Amino acid sequence: MSKFNKKKKGLAAISTASLPDIVFMLLFFFMVSTTMRETDLLIKKPALPVASEVKKLELKSLVSTIYIGKSKDARISGDKIQVNDKIVEVKDIPSFIYSERALRKEDEVKFMTTSIKADKEASVGTILDIKEQLRDINALKISFSTSRGNDLSSNYK
Amino acid sequence: MARRDIGEINAGSMADIAFLLLIFFLVTTTMDVDSGIARKLPEKTDVQSDVIVKEKNVLDIVVNRNNQLLVENEFVKVTDIKRLAMKFIDNGGGLGTPIDNRPGEPCDYCEGAKDPNSSDHPSKAIISLQSDRGTSYGMYISVQNEIEAAYNELRNRLATKRYGRSYDALLSDYKDNPSKSLQEKIDNLKDKYPQIITEPEPIK
Repeated sequence: MSKFNKKKKGLAAISTASLPDIVFMLLFFFMVSTTMRETDLLIKKPALPVASEVKKLELKSLVSTIYIGKSKDARISGDKIQVNDKIVEVKDIPSFIYSERALRKEDEVKFMTTSIKADKEASVGTILDIKEQLRDINALKISFSTSRGNDLSSNYK
Repeated sequence: MARRDIGEINAGSMADIAFLLLIFFLVTTTMDVDSGIARKLPEKTDVQSDVIVKEKNVLDIVVNRNNQLLVENEFVKVTDIKRLAMKFIDNGGGLGTPIDNRPGEPCDYCEGAKDPNSSDHPSKAIISLQSDRGTSYGMYISVQNEIEAAYNELRNRLATKRYGRSYDALLSDYKDNPSKSLQEKIDNLKDKYPQIITEPEPIK
């Protein structure tokens, strides 16, 4: 009996000194491996309008985003368009869509959606110009990005 | 007596684990779900066919650069659009579009006023949204949203009457398990109240 007792007594506490290191390792792993920020905005972050009848965008990998907003520099007026980390003109939109298409498989192209993230202060003229460009190259599925809400009065003042 | 000797697990690192979880969730929840109003652009055609549309089958919505709204030449507020659009689409005052050489049928599911001076049939009712280049995007989206809301409400109403479930419920069911019968129901509803929105050239 006394022999068994002795054995149990000998069991030492598990050293937890290395646990923080493991945890930090995990943390760094996640920090490095998650690449969630798609683009850095060069324009002022667009304040999206509010809408109640919104649909979630399916198939995220097939979405190409166009940002429209004011320039960060307050002295520059007018709407700026940003795609993929650079500011472009309306006439450059087709080439952007073509480059996006080139990255996808051919049978997926028809499911590709263009998401327009525009500031609510932006002018409709810019949006319609972009729509016309998209129509020209047969990128027909678009989504006007909005945030969900029921009070629409903040959209117009 | 022997049990007491098992060493306690050091809880000092619990804080680290908690921080890890916290940071992980902080990071993952900033993935904003991209949602918005979906629209399908009309295809570009070289042939310009002149379709003659009766004046009464078109609901004219005009937005000027001061974000003022004009529906059928009357000043309205954004919140009025849904009601006006629903009244217009659901009027059912005449015959529908002829399909396969058969003459069009009157709208048997419409609950509108059947006013002969308003739209004939939901399949003929066209909403025209004319905006100015200087209109603000927020206003434009609001109007689009109201039009969408009008169609959704009409579809919801018909779906509840026919299938006992709303259109939204059918759509979310379809997303969870896509089945043939659901697809048919949804297509049928879309067919009954098709979205016909036209956007003429903006006012310069």
